[in-house]
Amino acid sequence: MKTGTKKLTALALTISFAMILSYIESRLPTFVAVPGIKIGLANIAVIFSLYKFGIKESLTVSIIRIVLISLLFGSPISMLYGLAGGILSLVAMILLKRFTPLKEVAISVCGGVLHNVGQIGMASILLSTNVILYYLPFLLLSGTVAGIVVGIVSALLIKRIRI
Amino acid sequence: MKKYRWDILVIALLLLVSVSLVLILNLTKTDGRFVVVEIDGKVSSEYPLSQNGTFPLNGGTNTLVIEDGKAYLINSSCPDHTCERTGKIHYVGQSIVCLPNRLSVTVRGESDESGPDLIS
Repeated sequence: MKTGTKKLTALALTISFAMILSYIESRLPTFVAVPGIKIGLANIAVIFSLYKFGIKESLTVSIIRIVLISLLFGSPISMLYGLAGGILSLVAMILLKRFTPLKEVAISVCGGVLHNVGQIGMASILLSTNVILYYLPFLLLSGTVAGIVVGIVSALLIKRIRI
Repeated sequence: MKKYRWDILVIALLLLVSVSLVLILNLTKTDGRFVVVEIDGKVSSEYPLSQNGTFPLNGGTNTLVIEDGKAYLINSSCPDHTCERTGKIHYVGQSIVCLPNRLSVTVRGESDESGPDLIS
């Protein structure tokens, strides 16, 4: 892809797509009482940018999304929390894509699970306690299931959308 | 399908591990007898689950309610109210967390026991 205006526009659209997904997700009711449980819809945009643009661009999309969403709807604490999960998950996805034969779905699953792990880890540090580790198994399970769905959607988008 | 061999393997493995961990937690759960309130990582107070009552915590940022052997939080000062949506807890190891106020409420079996250690 050529750099310049076209790429800038495409990236900006991807970031807004990620933000819309985060917003939709924040409006969904939580049906299970586990702190930190979520679908991770925004990961669709992050995986999309990882495959369509590259490593640097996907980092940009991920970090800008988290910062903007926290400024708009969250707090400085939710930013820390989101960055811990987001960066851990993205770094893992980058490495998996580069060095393993895994495809979108498994990469999305690992990303989703590590997003939860990162958030739980950050929460444990912030609270200086390990009480929330109790919820890790539930988050592993929900992260895996949600990651499968997110991965399938991402794979479809990557295949169908041309930029 | 051969293309997705590794994907299927990784996902199956993760599902297996997480389902068995959840099962283990669910099969070994026991009713707790106390809740421990931690603020900034330090134990600040303990309440028996057998005694109904309403207790303001952390200078009033959250309120702990104990009712019929179950504990839950109300009136959180933070914007997200995750702790209120966590609901009622009463099994050993369950906890309610309020990140903005750096506060957690955890169910314990005995008053001075540290509870099940999931890491080891």
